[in-house]
Amino acid sequence: MKSIGLWKQRGWFATVIGLSALMVAPAWANAANNDVTDTKARGLEIATEAEQRDSGFGDYRVELKMTLRNKHKQETNRRMRNTTKEQANDGDKTLIVFDNPRDVKGTAFLSHTHKVGSDDQWLFLPALKRVKRISSSNKSGPFMGSEFAFEDISSQEIEKYTYNYVRDEIFDGRDCYVVERFPTNPKSGYHRQVVWYDKAEFRISKVDFYDRKNELLKTLIYNNYNQYLGKYWRANLMDMVNHQTGKSTSLVFSGYQFAIGTTDMDFTSNRLKRAR
Amino acid sequence: MILRTTYVVLSLWMLGVVWCPASAEAGQWDIGGQATLETRYFPYSPEFANQKKIMVSPSGTLEPEFVYEWNDGSERLTLTPFVRLDADDKRRTHADLREFNWLHLGSSWDLSVGVGKVFWGVTESVHLVDIINQTDAVEDITGEEKLGQPMVNINIEQPWGTVSLFALPGFRTRTFTSDNARLHGPFPVDTAHPTYDSGKKERHIDWAARWTQIFGDMDISISHFQGTSREPRLLPQNRGGQTVFVPHYDQIGQTGLELQLTTENTLWKAEGMTRTGHGKRFYAGAGGFEHTFYGIAESHVDIGLLLEYLYDGRDSRFAPPSIADNDIFGGFRIAMNDTQDTTLLFGASFDHHTKATFINLEAERRLTDHMKLEFNSRFFVNVPANDSIALIRSDDFLELKLNWFF
Repeated sequence: MKSIGLWKQRGWFATVIGLSALMVAPAWANAANNDVTDTKARGLEIATEAEQRDSGFGDYRVELKMTLRNKHKQETNRRMRNTTKEQANDGDKTLIVFDNPRDVKGTAFLSHTHKVGSDDQWLFLPALKRVKRISSSNKSGPFMGSEFAFEDISSQEIEKYTYNYVRDEIFDGRDCYVVERFPTNPKSGYHRQVVWYDKAEFRISKVDFYDRKNELLKTLIYNNYNQYLGKYWRANLMDMVNHQTGKSTSLVFSGYQFAIGTTDMDFTSNRLKRAR
Repeated sequence: MILRTTYVVLSLWMLGVVWCPASAEAGQWDIGGQATLETRYFPYSPEFANQKKIMVSPSGTLEPEFVYEWNDGSERLTLTPFVRLDADDKRRTHADLREFNWLHLGSSWDLSVGVGKVFWGVTESVHLVDIINQTDAVEDITGEEKLGQPMVNINIEQPWGTVSLFALPGFRTRTFTSDNARLHGPFPVDTAHPTYDSGKKERHIDWAARWTQIFGDMDISISHFQGTSREPRLLPQNRGGQTVFVPHYDQIGQTGLELQLTTENTLWKAEGMTRTGHGKRFYAGAGGFEHTFYGIAESHVDIGLLLEYLYDGRDSRFAPPSIADNDIFGGFRIAMNDTQDTTLLFGASFDHHTKATFINLEAERRLTDHMKLEFNSRFFVNVPANDSIALIRSDDFLELKLNWFF
């Protein structure tokens, strides 16, 4: 974490003195050979700082309402509950139980995400009482028929992308770092994503998703951030718009509960049979 | 008798729990369920003289689910009664308790007491290893609809795997369609007077155990069941010149193995079992793969291809017949991944000795938040008289089902 500390100090110092262009720019914008490496390192630093600030939350539970809108603004709703447990040296473990539409009520989805390699996923089908282990290679497929792909809703581990700092920009009144990230998984549906992190708290404000042809596909806006346990920020509203189809999906989060005392035993494929 | 006693004791105890919760914290009710209206269409006339010439047959079901949870969800009561009314088949008009149990969730173990349902297995075309619950055979011919089974079940999770132990008091006999109904052979079946190997008859207590473990991408399960066979042998009896089939339930031991290897886009699946008590020890197995192409032609449509080989070494002189003794199963699954979750599943089992083919098509689409439309069809092609499916070979049907979820 030393490098990030140094970089942050430098950024703060430069701003205060008002010599940002002179003092900061030479470090990472000069000398053509170092350009790319430096913006890459800076991008990674920003993403790492964002992750650092969100690590240590332990576990949480939250209710989700997903509203799907088609081109004609007709709406369809989905409701589900999400329980997530952080892992010390690996991706998070997540359990999602569906409540609505009613035909999928009781269906449960368990995911063990991994920093490296493919995630482990299981599905519980209540009518047959059957737990099916499923392939996690379907990254780009839609989650519940929404504009969110499976890869958008899975745990965003640092290792899943390479990074490149682009510029600073004011977005929605907040001073932001703009960072490009490139998925490391070849099955990703994206060529790249552009992420706006606010400088104050390193929260994501906006993500632009570019498809495999590098054309703008979707934009995700994070709204209504709340802070939990005095440290962890969660957006209570996420709006995803598909620019190519005109469809959109809103995710409303409610009833966040942190420190709920889950154990890894609550996230096993055996316990999935008992999920509700 | 034992069933009735179990139900009564459980009912009283559960009433006590729900209305006088031991803990100060109040529990939580969750009531839901589904109702269906369906119509079957049989395009061909029945083959046997005893069968009524029914071509269109409506039916309906109701299956509410009552769940009461307390102690922060670590205690749960579930009650799921099921009832079907059928216009043409008196035996298909029936009721059952699909679930009626108390569940306790411990930190690395859980205990369930009462009537429940348990599924074992990995393959798609047959469920050889699945044995805890009796098949509710009047519901469908796929064998996937099950009767509730009284049980005491404990599951213990350890680093070396999950162990599940079952005591199964109270045997459920298989359901059969009425003697004059479609999907019924030429002879009456005396469901009221089944016979048993065991002198304790339906009161014989069966037991089962299963170990399951995950090794990276590989899931393995080994199980054993000892007790009354869920599959009856149909023994012909001559009653005043009329042949009547009497279901006979043997005592068996069945050891099962399940394997699934989950790779990128392919699930490799195999399950097998060996059984004693139905003649000489025999083996049966099924194995194959499901390969999925995600996002066909830049769309959201997924297409999965299924291929499985089925073998069953039973001697039909001593064992109930198997419908898949030497079959190849091929099929595909299409998921539109649209807002309505439209899916289509097509499968065909081909017996390469008798050339008999069984074709199965299932499609469904959500209509509203509370409604779903389903279409199923089961067809029998080129079935010779010596194939075990011959008894229903003229009872091909199409089925339209409207499901209402509440």
